[in-house]
Amino acid sequence: MEKDLKKVAYYPGCALEGTGYAYNKSTKAVAKELGLDLVEVENWNCCGAMEVKNIDPEIETYLSARVLSQTEKMGFDKVMAPCNGCYHNLKKAEHDLTHDAHSVEVNDRLSKKAGHKTYEAGKVETLHALDWLMRAVGEEEISRRVRKSLSGIKVANYYGCMYTRPRRIFPEKDKGPGTESTANPHFMDDLLAAAGAENVAFPLKTACCGGAHTLSDSDTSTKLCLNILTAAEASGADVIATECPTCHTGLEMHQIRAEKVMGRKTKVKIMHFTQLLGLALGLSSRKVGVNDNFSDSRGFVKERGLG
Amino acid sequence: MPIHEKSLIRPENLREQDELVIDGVDVSGHWSTFIETRAVTDYNEAMQDEIAALAGGENIHRCWQCGSCTNACTVHAVNPDFNPRYWIYLIRLGMEDELVRDKDIIWQCVSCNKCTDACPRDVVPEAVMKATAHWLELKGHVDKKPSTHFDEGFSAQVIETGKIEDGLVVRDFFKRMGDPFRPFKEPYLVAMITGIAKRAPIGYLLKMGLALVVRPRTRGWAPARKGIEEYIREVDAKDRKALGLPAEGGH
Ligand code: SF4
Ligand code: SF4
Repeated sequence: MEKDLKKVAYYPGCALEGTGYAYNKSTKAVAKELGLDLVEVENWNCCGAMEVKNIDPEIETYLSARVLSQTEKMGFDKVMAPCNGCYHNLKKAEHDLTHDAHSVEVNDRLSKKAGHKTYEAGKVETLHALDWLMRAVGEEEISRRVRKSLSGIKVANYYGCMYTRPRRIFPEKDKGPGTESTANPHFMDDLLAAAGAENVAFPLKTACCGGAHTLSDSDTSTKLCLNILTAAEASGADVIATECPTCHTGLEMHQIRAEKVMGRKTKVKIMHFTQLLGLALGLSSRKVGVNDNFSDSRGFVKERGLG
Repeated sequence: MPIHEKSLIRPENLREQDELVIDGVDVSGHWSTFIETRAVTDYNEAMQDEIAALAGGENIHRCWQCGSCTNACTVHAVNPDFNPRYWIYLIRLGMEDELVRDKDIIWQCVSCNKCTDACPRDVVPEAVMKATAHWLELKGHVDKKPSTHFDEGFSAQVIETGKIEDGLVVRDFFKRMGDPFRPFKEPYLVAMITGIAKRAPIGYLLKMGLALVVRPRTRGWAPARKGIEEYIREVDAKDRKALGLPAEGGH
């Protein structure tokens, strides 16, 4: 396993300080349990999320580049972002600053105005919690560390959009065995399988939850989330494992909304993959924030003898 | 006028014939549904260039109409009228009136980028959709759509403090939509909030409560803010010039 990944810079981002609170908590708890060190990026800022690019894409690139610049300033060359949106934007900034002269120019101009060092492509590698755990720990080590196996728990692994699309911003993916696939991502499946879970064949792994318009076009989002929820149930899943705070809260919110507005009730549970992993490592329900989820999984966790 | 897909033939372009005999053959009823012949003379020849001048629209000229974007599209699957390939076609031909008929759905693109990965010509249809939605608003074809209100409110927070706070984003959005109390009226939002309030540990609730009072912010953000605001004003002026609009106006 890669030793230099045992200690990395950590960029939680705004969502993990808000609705993604439980994802933040469980990610940190899992890291601690596995003897990994997360050092939070000092005085970070928002990456631009899914909104700022619609005002102007270059500002989003700058915002993400500032986070990378802060990381570099702390002496780190790796930053881990568990939020799909943050991860995507940092990767996109890296891509644009490598290939687009205009982005380089605007980033330099705004960095100078803001009074910090301009981030240059190639200085910091951005990792998602998934590839970080795969590379820093790996499936074998996870299997060895499991104290309460997830055996018998049927999981639909849901990756959403921004972990794999657009393909061009993830040059390290689709490189054959051992690497992540953009068409059929599997790192979350691999980690949870190592913890004993039974992954179901889930056709909507990379479907969109409509997160960008979760409030501004709720009807579309509810339809998209309902597709994901019902497909997971049809695949026989007990729980949907998520790896993005926006997808996670979207599924939770629209599960309730589908019931209240459309009279469509689904029962599948929704949990952050780090919560399931943490429970398998023997952490308590409280430690991985099961109580902090909007959807209530306490009964499920207890029933299955976890937490 | 080329014939589009059947589903795209607009009702007003169809003519039903109750009794029509051609060369002694009765072609009324089902078979007599014809598209009215018409000559299009009001092309907006500037439309493609205008949209290409906005952020995201740059590659629109590369489209070769394969339809992969529409085939892959998330929103198309729930609403067949949502059709990126068709809109790109109309823009490239300059058929403004036809495009404007779909003005109330183009903004619904959820930025899933399925089209971007499917496109063999690197058009980046996702970005073209955003540029087109922006163009419709700048040109005054539509009022600001809910997504624009959301993006503007969200971005204003980031630009002001460097960070956002979820609760404030939600409240600000409903305020911009003219209904500040909606979060308290929507049963599903109420169910979400009361559900978590019952279970969550006090520490979490305190943290959430605190975020409402003390807004999270990036230290020393003021110079960054100034630089970003100045940049936005420049882009705004450039966009308005490209669209032949008077200099003032918000982004
Ligand atoms: S990004 Fe927009 S246009 Fe492209 S596939 Fe997704 S919803 Fe459709
Ligand atoms: S996939 Fe690309 S080339 Fe094909 S129709 Fe869509 S934008 Fe045009």
